[in-house]
Amino acid sequence: MTMAVRQKSPVGLSFGRINAIVLRHYYLLKGSWARIIELAYWPAMQMIIWGFTTQFFISHSSWVAQATGVLLAAVLLWDIVFRAQLGITVSFLEEHWSRNLANLFVTPLKATEFALGLMAMSVIRTAIGVGPAVLLAIPLYHFSIFDLGLPLIAFFTCLMIMGWGIGLAVCGLILRFGSGAESFAWATVFGFAPISGIYYPVSTLPGWLQPAAWMTPAAYVFEGMRAVMYEHVFRWDLLIGALIVDAVYIAIGIALFFVAFRWARRHGKLLQQGE
Amino acid sequence: MMAHTAIEVDGLTKRFAKVTAVDGISFSVETGTTVALLGGNGAGKTTTLAMLLGLLEPTEGRVQVLGHDMRHERAHVLPRMNFSSPYVDVPHRLSPRQNLRIYGHLYGIRDLGARIDTLIGDLDLKDFADRPVGSLSAGQRTRVALAKALVNEPELLLLDEPTASLDPDTGDWVRSYLESYQKRVKATILLASHNMSEVERLCTHVLMMRKGQIVDRGSPAELIGRYGRDTLEQVFLDIARQQGHAAE
Repeated sequence: MTMAVRQKSPVGLSFGRINAIVLRHYYLLKGSWARIIELAYWPAMQMIIWGFTTQFFISHSSWVAQATGVLLAAVLLWDIVFRAQLGITVSFLEEHWSRNLANLFVTPLKATEFALGLMAMSVIRTAIGVGPAVLLAIPLYHFSIFDLGLPLIAFFTCLMIMGWGIGLAVCGLILRFGSGAESFAWATVFGFAPISGIYYPVSTLPGWLQPAAWMTPAAYVFEGMRAVMYEHVFRWDLLIGALIVDAVYIAIGIALFFVAFRWARRHGKLLQQGE
Repeated sequence: MMAHTAIEVDGLTKRFAKVTAVDGISFSVETGTTVALLGGNGAGKTTTLAMLLGLLEPTEGRVQVLGHDMRHERAHVLPRMNFSSPYVDVPHRLSPRQNLRIYGHLYGIRDLGARIDTLIGDLDLKDFADRPVGSLSAGQRTRVALAKALVNEPELLLLDEPTASLDPDTGDWVRSYLESYQKRVKATILLASHNMSEVERLCTHVLMMRKGQIVDRGSPAELIGRYGRDTLEQVFLDIARQQGHAAE
């Protein structure tokens, strides 16, 4: 090799290349206060609305009064799914909008490293988005989600993986169908909300719909959350259920992303991204 | 070890549904030379470059770059090549320095800070190195794109219309820089262009494309002589309008 510029080995997964994807979006966020404020704005608004709703219910409902903050916890945890999914799809859309995908994929960057970079950005975006709402709930409503204790780590992990699975699948749709599929980035998660048992137990749903609920990792998490808050027990069976369904979600998400990526490479769509 | 042939293309074909964008082309590019892909809009130049880069899977045919098969050994080749096109942007909200840092990481460049400083100096980016790329003029953006394309000091540089939409002064500056880079690194350059004077100045060999096929090839002087014309532009027009005789 005649190159004067020395490079690290291109073979195998590279933390440096994953870091490059994170760095690209860190620079973008650092240079745009509007993006950071927008990230934190919606979770904070949701939390404030549901905080007042909770205060109303506490004085009118013995069920909610038994576990103050159950609705707030549900709001904050559900937002983790939404932010985790958006963290992936919006980072991907930033590349799509800036017509940068071709530049990225003529480098040694692998699709797997790109997906891992998007996941890392998803964690950062979720922290920026949900963090202020979590902290704001403490002085406003005297509710700290950290009171859930160690189970919070399990809930967070399960919900993040669910968001990643949906996010990667949506990226696949955008790769396959282009800008016309952008609305999936914002709409898809809401399709899961009615059957995820966020604000009510799965048993509230009609019998024929309950099997669909148990096909979402979130249903296990929110049942588990209520078990912690009402009964003060951690349900391992629900955690295992969530992780099994999570494995299916992430497998489907990865498969759809890679199938769409292969399709884009066959049809020249990596060169034709953008508006 | 440096291969004698930088690019070897054999029977390369790309079909999109019923449209054949590239139709069984074969050519090779010797190491250390600058070769042009010439042709009108829709001739298949960009599609050919995309297949050489591995951005697009060929329908048929074989591409070997720097001694490696692009279908199975891209990971070995991509660190040694790079590309620039006016149709592919670097992120506009980031500064040239930030873009170079990201691409430097993607290429795994050691001593990246020093490399970025060198590029900023060589390509005269200092005055706007920390301004968003979106706020720069077309000429400044072209220099940033070129810096991105050179961040790994590639042995093989693929350029799609490198001076499109540039004023004559900036276009001349880019051509001079490419000439000096090619001489210094002994790099191989394949460029797709509509600019005949650029091709005459930079290229030792020309591949003339029309409707996805290579219809003629040779040095600029050979082509001008073969078609009995005074300039490469006249040869281009003959071929584009299907007048003069194509080589066998």
